Amino acid sequence: MTIPVRKFDTLVIGAGGGGLRAALQLAQAEANVAVVSKVFPTRSHTVAAQGGMNAALANVSPDNWHWHMYDTVKGGDFLGDQDAIEYMCRAAPRLVVELEHIGVPFSRLDNGKIYQRPFGGQSQNFGGEQAARTCAAADRTGHAILHALYQQNIRAKTHFFDEYFAIDLIRDNDGCILGALVLEIETGEPLIIQAKTTLIATGGAGQLFRTNTNARINTGDGMAMALRAGIPLQDMEFFQFHPTGIAGKGMLISEAVRGEGGYLVNGDGERFMERYAPNARDLASRDVVSRAVATEIHEGRGCGPNKDYILLKVDHLGADVIRKRLPGIRDMVMTFLHIDPINQPIPIFPTAHYTMGGIPTNRFGQVVVPQQQGAEDIVPGLYAVGECACVSVHGANRLGGNSLLDIVVFGRAAGNHIIEYLKENRYGRTVVAQHSIDTALAHLARWDQRSQGVSNETVDGLRNELKAVMDHYCGVFRTEDVLRTGLDKVLKIEQRLQNVYLKDHSKIFNTARIEAFELENLVDLALATVASALARKESRGAHMRMDYPQRDDVKWLKHSLFFKGGQLDYKPVRMKPLTVEGFSPKPRVY
Amino acid sequence: MRFSIYRYNPEADAAPTMQTMELADADITPDMMLLDALRLLKAQDESFTFRHSCGEGVCGSDAVNINGRNGLACITPVVDLAQPITIRPLPGMPVIRDLVVDLSQFYHQYRAIKPYLVVHDPEPEVEYLQTPQQRDKLDGLYECVLCGCCSTACPSFWWNPDKFRGPAALLQAYRFIADSRDQATAERLDALEGPYRLFRCHTVMNCVDVCPKGLNPTKAIGQIKKIMLKHLI
Ligand SMILES: Cc1cc2nc3c(=O)[nH]c(=O)nc-3n(C[C@H](O)[C@H](O)[C@H](O)COP(=O)(O)OP(=O)(O)OC[C@H]3O[C@@H](n4cnc5c(N)ncnc54)[C@H](O)[C@@H]3O)c2cc1C
Ligand code: SF4
Repeated sequence: MTIPVRKFDTLVIGAGGGGLRAALQLAQAEANVAVVSKVFPTRSHTVAAQGGMNAALANVSPDNWHWHMYDTVKGGDFLGDQDAIEYMCRAAPRLVVELEHIGVPFSRLDNGKIYQRPFGGQSQNFGGEQAARTCAAADRTGHAILHALYQQNIRAKTHFFDEYFAIDLIRDNDGCILGALVLEIETGEPLIIQAKTTLIATGGAGQLFRTNTNARINTGDGMAMALRAGIPLQDMEFFQFHPTGIAGKGMLISEAVRGEGGYLVNGDGERFMERYAPNARDLASRDVVSRAVATEIHEGRGCGPNKDYILLKVDHLGADVIRKRLPGIRDMVMTFLHIDPINQPIPIFPTAHYTMGGIPTNRFGQVVVPQQQGAEDIVPGLYAVGECACVSVHGANRLGGNSLLDIVVFGRAAGNHIIEYLKENRYGRTVVAQHSIDTALAHLARWDQRSQGVSNETVDGLRNELKAVMDHYCGVFRTEDVLRTGLDKVLKIEQRLQNVYLKDHSKIFNTARIEAFELENLVDLALATVASALARKESRGAHMRMDYPQRDDVKWLKHSLFFKGGQLDYKPVRMKPLTVEGFSPKPRVY
Repeated sequence: MRFSIYRYNPEADAAPTMQTMELADADITPDMMLLDALRLLKAQDESFTFRHSCGEGVCGSDAVNINGRNGLACITPVVDLAQPITIRPLPGMPVIRDLVVDLSQFYHQYRAIKPYLVVHDPEPEVEYLQTPQQRDKLDGLYECVLCGCCSTACPSFWWNPDKFRGPAALLQAYRFIADSRDQATAERLDALEGPYRLFRCHTVMNCVDVCPKGLNPTKAIGQIKKIMLKHLI
């Protein structure tokens, strides 16, 4: 079989905020860029981001990037790399202004400047009063940013491959990444997109869990592709559970609701966050609030007939604030709960939300892997940004409003670095290794196999089981026993996946086949997540071990690296920022 | 619960058919959305094909025709629908497979209105200032999710999908005209002149009726016409 080949300077896999910001930088520099996305770009999950994006503009409260940096380091429970965090927080104001200039319809203050609201974990003056640092377009900030970035890419004539599904990376004999094998969903035909540089921006893996805030497409494909290419995944045990998902359903009720003045009450009508975080209360960081909510319910203080949820009180905000600042949330609550938050509180429960871990990179977006001697090697030609990457700016727990920032800051940084790389490697490598194409094609052919006997395993059935296992065995509270059982169960699912066959072998728009590839990816990531969680014997940020309830900076102030096959390795946290002094670990109180 | 669903697999079927599909009553919950039901049907028959992603009405992937009316499956409660629930692809667009249509024309018209902010002045180092009142003008415009429900419910778009921009694209054209920061109003208006691009709108108002985000393309089209008139005088 000969597969058609298209050649570009850069292949960007993923058209969310991260991929589109990088593509824009490249297209404006007249690089020849191809953007591949399994859905039409504006349907990427960045569109769902609600509350906003952090930058120390100081439009509402006194602020500066150094305070933002402190909050981010502390929010991440000191696991974030401080060079990358300094870079991100310094760049933030400029990047927000840039987004405003390209058309993002931010909400406005009376003086005409960008509106900012308070969000969790934000402080003035290194832990002092609450800051208001989150720049918002009502509660549709992700929609506003994603559409503006897509629009500017139209203007810059970026080449889009919409509804193409990336299967695997391809490389030359020296290990340099040279693009990917992709599948055109509409025709079912494979295509090789060969490129001097490849950027993975495929987003998170919230579909690992049954109750989650993520889109169906968030299956972590890029992370799994990296694993298969021999690249480890970093810090996968850190998965963020957002405290306020719609109870029983999982859709997100943004932290913006608490930022605008909403608060949580338990079944006794108590404003319980005062007990858990006396100063920040409902705006403590997410891991803290999620644990508090889960504890209240666990200890019998939930709301409702089954005491199985907590109420988010908003009716005191008044109809005007809710209509003006939270119109999307109001719509969603009315649609899914048939109540109007203007006069009724919202039932909530923690829900899986954000993948802190991912493909290890440096602050230029270059993918890095451990070398024997401790230093890091760069994987030539390969970049990763956004939720699929781990720079790491979020450490063990991401602050709300820092991901939209992360994707544009590092999308742009990676774009700039690629431009330099292309200049230096104008006639770069061109020979894709045949074995790499063969491996990718073999993977592609997996789902053409037909069942010999009778197997009742289905993609849908196994996926439901996997998600239930992750909910039960890798949730907010973890122990050795629970995780070990979870790992066994995921390993069995991995085994059983080999007995799954498709019935639908058609080519045209075969979504059954796409879902099968996605399930394979999810299984790989579930293993990475549970195995990394089992190994980390401490509690830090989102990773809460009931059997090791303390943070242990002596043994565990380090990043984990999980390799396909199950091997784990560790690397130090970069505690040294670029220009300022580092923040050393101290007890984390809110 | 009974469904009558448009099925067409170009590799196997000579022509589309309406297939009866069913879900057991035990599978139906009172707060179930149509998308949940479609996914259960797909679990029965994996060859059943439709687009969907966010599941909360913000990505615009799962626009289909439900009992004769366009809408997003993920925010349409099933209990309110008359049975058999008849599901067809969006009308007037070429069908790729089952409920999946080819939206190229729709996207083409969107790109054709130059849907991006144009500013000729040099950029300041800070944000462009915009009063809350100026910003309010964008409400009801920027929230469009490009689902295609409106344009594919519009008779003028069915007859002239290559020439008439259609309600969704025109709503976006107005979004930029209405933006106090944009400096290309004259070019935008010029580009909409002629008998087709804008003026094929006969205010049938189907777009307003179906928009799942509650937006009003007809009103936006009216505004453009008004500004155009002023511009001429
Ligand atoms: C409901 C919700 C609300 C949020 N609110 C906020 C907020 O207020 N503030 C904030 O800072 N953060 C927020 N976040 C987090 C933030 O929105 C995301 O982390 C961020 O948008 C991720 O962007 P991304 O570009 O990395 O990936 P995405 O936007 O997820 O894009 C991934 C892209 O990769 C493509 N892709 C994936 N796999 C493949 C494949 N195999 N082949 C081809 N293409 C592929 C997809 O098609 C898509 O284009 C929120 C998240 C959720 C879920
Ligand atoms: S205007 Fe409404 S119906 Fe039309 S594409 Fe936009 S969201 Fe969909």
